[in-house]
Amino acid sequence: MSKILAYEEKDTWIHQLSGVSKLIFFLLWCFTSMITYDTRILAFMVLFSLIIFKISKTKWKQVGAVFKMIMLFLTLNVIAIFVFSPDQGTHIYGTRTVLFHIAGNYDVTKEQLFYEFNVIIKYFTVIPAVFMFLVTTNPSEFAASMNKVGISYNVGYAISIALRYIPDVQGEFTKIKHAQEARGIEMSGKASLFSRIKNTSSIIFPLIFSSMDRIDVVSNAMELRGYGKHKKRTWYMEKKLRRNDYLTIAFTIVFMIAALIITFADGSRFYNPFV
Amino acid sequence: MAPIIEFKDFSFKYRAQTEPTLRNINLAIMPGEKVLIVGPSGSGKSTLAHCINGLVPFSYTGESTGTLQIAQKDPATLGIFGLSKIVGTVLQDTDGQFIGLTVAEDIAFALENNLVPQEEMFKKVDEAAEMVDVKKLLGNAPGELSGGQKQRVSMAGVMVDDVDILLFDEPLANLDPATGKRAIDMIDQIQKKKQKTILIIEHRLEDALYRDVDRIVVIGEGRIVADTTPDELLSTDILNQQGIREPLYITALKHAGCVISPKDSPQHIETMNLQGYTAAVKNWFEKAPEKPKEKETTSVLKVEDLYFSYTEGKPILQHIHFDIKKGEMVSIVGKNGAGKSTLSNLICGFYKPSRGKILLDGEDMAPLSIKERGEKIGLVMQSPNQMISKPMIYDEVALGLVVRGVPEEEIKERVYKTLKTCGLYPFRNWPVSALSFGQKKRVSIASILVMDPQVLILDEPTAGQDYRHYTEIMEFLKEINENYGITIIMITHDMHLMLEYTDRAIVIADGHLIADDTPAKVLTNEEIADKAYLKKTSLYDLAVNCQIGQPSEFVERFIAFERENRMQKEEQEDV
Repeated sequence: MSKILAYEEKDTWIHQLSGVSKLIFFLLWCFTSMITYDTRILAFMVLFSLIIFKISKTKWKQVGAVFKMIMLFLTLNVIAIFVFSPDQGTHIYGTRTVLFHIAGNYDVTKEQLFYEFNVIIKYFTVIPAVFMFLVTTNPSEFAASMNKVGISYNVGYAISIALRYIPDVQGEFTKIKHAQEARGIEMSGKASLFSRIKNTSSIIFPLIFSSMDRIDVVSNAMELRGYGKHKKRTWYMEKKLRRNDYLTIAFTIVFMIAALIITFADGSRFYNPFV
Repeated sequence: MAPIIEFKDFSFKYRAQTEPTLRNINLAIMPGEKVLIVGPSGSGKSTLAHCINGLVPFSYTGESTGTLQIAQKDPATLGIFGLSKIVGTVLQDTDGQFIGLTVAEDIAFALENNLVPQEEMFKKVDEAAEMVDVKKLLGNAPGELSGGQKQRVSMAGVMVDDVDILLFDEPLANLDPATGKRAIDMIDQIQKKKQKTILIIEHRLEDALYRDVDRIVVIGEGRIVADTTPDELLSTDILNQQGIREPLYITALKHAGCVISPKDSPQHIETMNLQGYTAAVKNWFEKAPEKPKEKETTSVLKVEDLYFSYTEGKPILQHIHFDIKKGEMVSIVGKNGAGKSTLSNLICGFYKPSRGKILLDGEDMAPLSIKERGEKIGLVMQSPNQMISKPMIYDEVALGLVVRGVPEEEIKERVYKTLKTCGLYPFRNWPVSALSFGQKKRVSIASILVMDPQVLILDEPTAGQDYRHYTEIMEFLKEINENYGITIIMITHDMHLMLEYTDRAIVIADGHLIADDTPAKVLTNEEIADKAYLKKTSLYDLAVNCQIGQPSEFVERFIAFERENRMQKEEQEDV
């Protein structure tokens, strides 16, 4: 069974960090990456991401499939920007250096290429961070970490519950699918796409009904064991913050402030090599 | 000492219902008592439990009259959370109530909600896990546990809170017999070690009585029909009247014409004083007719040297071989996870065997697609909710024919015919949602029967059903088996079902076929029963304790006698 983007236990200092520090790092890192268009900072972030990605001993097969998907979207995104806004670069950087003409008012300009290059490396600053957060954080710790950074425990627990029951629902889905196939509802490649979509309903409805039965049990079970009694709750899987955690959080905050200061030093979030 | 639970003239009516579900309940339970609450489905026994743990009225609203006190307090002032500190409930759905991502988190759940500091939680979770013997599993996810282990985790999860009352809602419903026995034993140990008050709600009386209980409360139509010791109760006819199955040895004693006396302690067959009964039982055995010989028919489903594994080197099934004859009713039994479902998946073609053949009417099925097999071998899932996808009964039953492109006129004819067979014809234009669970089960069977299969495979056809519904479903299956010659294979861990309704049991343990024999022989063979997590039938103990030399023959004759009785009863009803 392939476990894409699933947590794997490994002995690195990144794995040992508390989920809270990883979550803070992840959120602030993404925030910084979203705000800044300063190429120097983005370049540093890409480099740094790749280094810690390496340290976390994440294997390609854990993330490869998702990475390919992201690449597809990145490509679409880059093309879409050019199609809908071919002069965005000029608009930002104020100059217009045409490299060659395509058709109509579509010119390839240096500014546009540079702008889109920035978009691409923004993706690359975030991708390793997302992957790392997911594969190095024990899902049992997600809820506790989210709660610690101030998000209501209901939100965290909803995610936990989803993670808990997804395998059960998958198992149920397979069972129902098999039973319906035996009744003659074709779900394999033999049927046309349209009839397959239509046939999905014969799996989805039983799945919903049997899941409904379950929701009732789950909510009763939770209530009977005191869920929602207090405004707060404690967490069995919470990891105490240790030296490395404080260092990580401190580094993240210092880095973000520095990055934002450098970015906005000239009053714009863009680094402009054209003037 | 004051009672820990006390109902006084208590009645309760759900908001959506016109009639009260509980009427005039007077019941006092003392601290440290172990009480078994029995009653058929719809008798109000679950409602009674909900009143104790607070789901009534806090989750399911309604009106009540009279008083209820739990630990000398009014539940209304305690609220559901206050009650949760006093009453711990273990529900019957072992999967649904497992909330944590791992065993440790699930046990800690109540503590987390009570703001217990982490250090203390570690300690308490360890203790609770130790108590129910799951300490080695603390880091495991629920998917890696067996049903019995999940249930023990749930027990730890309520005990961790140091509640005074433990309430078990049908703890045996989802377990194989041996695991069920272990659960009852575990509950007994907990009570003895921790002096908790224990309430067990269950309709499988014989299995629940594996360990002593102080009292049995029988609920029927919302009232308490009996509240007495097991020995007293088993000497009466109340259970039969209420549609609860008596322990089989009690039924056998009654067949033999014995009048059971409480002073012979009939609660456990192992320790019952049988002196006054032996002669009668022996006499009955000698007079009882032998089981009629089955006539030989041709093979319909034959499995030859079947192997299956998901990953090389880890076989799920090995060297499975059997031959099912036309018109037989066969049970496939074995502990949870032994490979029973895998076997049915292989027969239906969802998986491909790694080696071996499955023959239908002597022809290899390997080249047939799932759909083609589905016309010959019908699969009925455990819950009708897993199958029903159309809102109207007619459409649901017609579905298999519609997707096969059968002409509309023929569909109509065949659907009506099947609905008549299944006793659903009067409801043909009804929506499925208006039916009871048992009727929905029939719809799901009808939707398969309409395709005229030769073989019907049913996964746990009677799971969670009380004696009356169980009999209803099984008699229906028996009928289609006899009248239409359909071969029926049932995957089950219900010992009664296999004993009473099947001619043959195929026993699978750890991927191997360990027996293929009559249920009576299987259930009187200690070695097989142990290996396959089955439970020796109490009839065997009765026979042995009455010095009957051929215990399995005794069981055969008992079953034959019961069947005869049932048939006569039906004929009388028909007249």
